[in-house]
Amino acid sequence: MNEYGSKKYIIYLIMVLAAAFFLIPLYVMLATSFKPFAEASMQTMWNLPSYISFDGILEAYARLFPQLRNSIILVVPATLISAILGSINGYILSEWQFKGSDTIFALILFGMFIPYQSILVPLVRFLQSIGLYGSLQGLIFVHIIYGLPITTLMFRNYYSDVPSALTEAAQVDGAGILKTYRHIFLPISIPAFVVVFIWQYTNIWNEFLFAVTLTSQPSQQPITVALNNLAGSQVVQWNVQMSGALLTALPTLIVYIIFGRYFIKGMLSGSVKG
Amino acid sequence: MKYKTKEKLISVGLLSPTIIGLGIFVYGFIWRTIRISTIDWNNITNMLRGIENFVGLDNFRNIFTSTRFITGLWNNIFFLIFFIIGSLTIGITLSVFLNDKPKGHFIFQNIYLFPMAISFVVTGTVWRWIFAPGTEDFPRGINLLLTNIGLENLRWGWFTSTEGIGLFNFALIAVIVAAIWQFSGYTMAMWLAGLRGIPEQLIEAARIDGASKWQIFSKILFPMQKAITLSAVILLAHIALKAFDLVYVMTGSGPRNVTDIPAVFMFETTFRSNRYSDGAAIALVLLVLVGVLIIPYLVHSFREDS
Repeated sequence: MNEYGSKKYIIYLIMVLAAAFFLIPLYVMLATSFKPFAEASMQTMWNLPSYISFDGILEAYARLFPQLRNSIILVVPATLISAILGSINGYILSEWQFKGSDTIFALILFGMFIPYQSILVPLVRFLQSIGLYGSLQGLIFVHIIYGLPITTLMFRNYYSDVPSALTEAAQVDGAGILKTYRHIFLPISIPAFVVVFIWQYTNIWNEFLFAVTLTSQPSQQPITVALNNLAGSQVVQWNVQMSGALLTALPTLIVYIIFGRYFIKGMLSGSVKG
Repeated sequence: MKYKTKEKLISVGLLSPTIIGLGIFVYGFIWRTIRISTIDWNNITNMLRGIENFVGLDNFRNIFTSTRFITGLWNNIFFLIFFIIGSLTIGITLSVFLNDKPKGHFIFQNIYLFPMAISFVVTGTVWRWIFAPGTEDFPRGINLLLTNIGLENLRWGWFTSTEGIGLFNFALIAVIVAAIWQFSGYTMAMWLAGLRGIPEQLIEAARIDGASKWQIFSKILFPMQKAITLSAVILLAHIALKAFDLVYVMTGSGPRNVTDIPAVFMFETTFRSNRYSDGAAIALVLLVLVGVLIIPYLVHSFREDS
């Protein structure tokens, strides 16, 4: 930092101001969540609570518990299955390329950029016809399908950094596609799986469009839909609304705090590096 | 690599669940949406009975003559432009500062980036609260802050305001700020990853030659990061077109559609008014807009690859 001289302080000032900008919503959310009912009014929204009260959190937890549980039921299988399929796809597309495999890969990738509005009505009709519309199972299925492009991309990029000598050596030993995957690629995939798990977990947890269009009963809704309903209600206390936002944000925020490095890796691999 | 027919069959076989799945759920369903946009499923009866009368481009005529759609399209364009400018400016500035590893850079980086881990629904809920204008006597949010520090004159309607300049609605500012809050960390992380790859000696040499900090940035760093910046612009633009969750949760379409965007209009047309064909037409306009951005980007990435 020495080369900055006196500018050093200006740079620090900008960085601190930027940090304040990023922390304002967090402050409002936390300060309001821990206020007692009596203090959670509009006139005091910028004040700290006079004492820490868990009324809001407990009330929000009681209201949102079923959907919190739904989100967990949704996220775990959807993350696992889309990651496993993505790993196999990525392995084939990077190690066993055939004529046209790059085109297939590009066509797969396009699936992660489309606005989902453009497939939504046929999707609803399809789920209705197989009896999965409105259910968590249907939502799990949808997240697996539309998660495949990103998981395939992440694993393909990861495997293309593996030296090809490894695959060739396995071939010399007579190992086929599946054996090479199981004995060579799968064991070295753990870092990639961690990145993909965290990325899929965060995205599926946070997703809203599929959740709001494919589930109608509160008993099947994930937390994001429930939060929107809670926060859209005029009769719910402010501290309960902000506590609801906090409860929705915490599960991904905690993972981000613990595994931030992997989260950033996942985020960057979404930008289709060559 | 040696390649036998058997291995090729296994490869295709292993890919086939994905190929078939995405073939149907992406391409098949897009095709189906194109079909729906050309029939008269603008009431629930026709849809449920499966009556498919071909109406040509009528549904597209419907939406392009709808004031709400045109307003939403302009809103989306302004949203996209300011969102990209804001995210890039903040993201790039912060990444250049952080790249010099000032004291506490790790904590700062985490603070700038944490919104990426949060749902748009949470962002929308909290920012709606911050920007809610309240009333003259009972100001809320930022208006309350302004009142408390004696700047009552600066209070305004934020996302409920129907004022604007030309086609730009001021109400969008609140949504743009929230979106920038969420995504400038993304640009920052992309730039930072790129900056880490620029050799230290290069910067050192420029510094010895007497280049100022600004010259190093504008003459060396920025040109070297052109490809990354372009990727960021394309990805942010496509996010802006798809920003349904944030707008829907934070403001909805707003008074006189001041904060409407086609993604929200499509949702309400389809699932609230049961006008499936109009909804399909809106969705296809969105798809074309995203395609125009993303297809050249994908083609380019692959060319570089091979």
